[in-house]
Amino acid sequence: MNSTKHIYNLIKKDLLLEIRQQYSFYGILLYIIATIFVLYMTIREPEPKVWNGLFWVIQLFICINAVAKSFLQETRGRMLYFYSIVNPKDFMLAKLAFNSFLMLLMSFLSIILFSLFLGNPVQKAPQFIGLVLLGGWSLSLVFTFLSAIAAKAQQNAAIMAILGFPIIIPQLMLLMNLANTVFTDKTGIAASTLLLIVMLDILVIMLAVILFPFLWKD
Amino acid sequence: MFLSLIFANTFEDRCYFAVIFPMTGHKNYMYKSWWKILAVVLLVYTFTAGILIEVPRNPQLQETIRNLFFHVCMWFGMMILFIISVVHAIKYLRTGKHIHDIASRQYAGVGILFGLLGYITGAIWMSYTWIDSNKSFYDSFDSIAREPKLIGAAIALLVYAAYLVLRDSITDMDKKARISAVYNIFAFAMLFPSIWIIPRLLPSLHPGGSEGNPALNFKDASMNMRLVFYPAIAGWTLIGVWIATLKIRFKLLNE
Repeated sequence: MNSTKHIYNLIKKDLLLEIRQQYSFYGILLYIIATIFVLYMTIREPEPKVWNGLFWVIQLFICINAVAKSFLQETRGRMLYFYSIVNPKDFMLAKLAFNSFLMLLMSFLSIILFSLFLGNPVQKAPQFIGLVLLGGWSLSLVFTFLSAIAAKAQQNAAIMAILGFPIIIPQLMLLMNLANTVFTDKTGIAASTLLLIVMLDILVIMLAVILFPFLWKD
Repeated sequence: MFLSLIFANTFEDRCYFAVIFPMTGHKNYMYKSWWKILAVVLLVYTFTAGILIEVPRNPQLQETIRNLFFHVCMWFGMMILFIISVVHAIKYLRTGKHIHDIASRQYAGVGILFGLLGYITGAIWMSYTWIDSNKSFYDSFDSIAREPKLIGAAIALLVYAAYLVLRDSITDMDKKARISAVYNIFAFAMLFPSIWIIPRLLPSLHPGGSEGNPALNFKDASMNMRLVFYPAIAGWTLIGVWIATLKIRFKLLNE
């Protein structure tokens, strides 16, 4: 009971920070718009396969930009303060929840912009939206934890890409494989692969909760 | 020459033992010589028997099938060394003993070496079996690099290369050990399911996938080959462990 209250308060604090310092939110928004606009300038109507590939790569970069700051923005003093008042598990879960929410929002926006600018080859829209939200969630979980590592290493976002790309490749391949099926009417989405992605997400959450206490004590 | 190396080692062991024993608290596997002798014996056997035994005549593979004793063993060795590395990372987080951090780092380093050797032996093998003889190696590379097994191996090597980068980017020793152990465990836990998943997702030329090409399914073909293959795995892995322990002991003396 106590811990849910803590998590709720921590999420509220992140949300409040986001509302007060709106530049970061609008920064990511602008990043999405600018990237998609550049793509629109270079290729007008890509084939479904290219569309899919571009979409997921853009998702990956949006995620790095949106999630990277979650731990990097916390100053040393503020971390020390949290250290003294909350449980590391609650802190991590709150961050995971907040970043998931942020990334779901960004994923949704990027689908809209993508189909607006680059044409809409998607045949099964509801499935695709569901898949993108699942994908955004998976990406945000992995990169939230990597952001914690990068922040502890006192590094910039570049090291997150180095640490994260090899780890995220398998999940991204699963997602792309699934997403390729929404461009035709024929084949359905494989439930087993979907389950696999969800299991991987659960694995990431568990690892993050188990390992974060080690990261956080100084 | 190998024998003299072993005896030199045991002699060194006696000397170092007095220095290191108080630090580690017990005489552990690193300072024993029987498995080092075993490694040499197994490898001598691999090199002689591996070249001499009767192998099945496969029209596509011919004599290159003997590369099984070298190429496949490199990957086995890499996996086992990475597993040892992650075990030491977990031990470090549990106990906070510095020796586990050193061990974790050195096993990962030797694992990467084995991975690179696996790539080299694989490249030699595939240049005789997979490559379209009308095209150059360079032209056919992009179709070969798509191999699921190669992707899995590339991910493994990239992850551990990132591990080394992360380690070098932190100056504080305790922090370096802690953060890299955390990354090691996280990356390992994400890596190994994916190594088992990816080959089942994609079509492959490489044997040992979900439904290996029957023409290439040579592992079950010959009892003869298994007699060399299993000892070869053990031999290569032991030599990897030996290299790693030498590096660990060198580090311990350095500090």
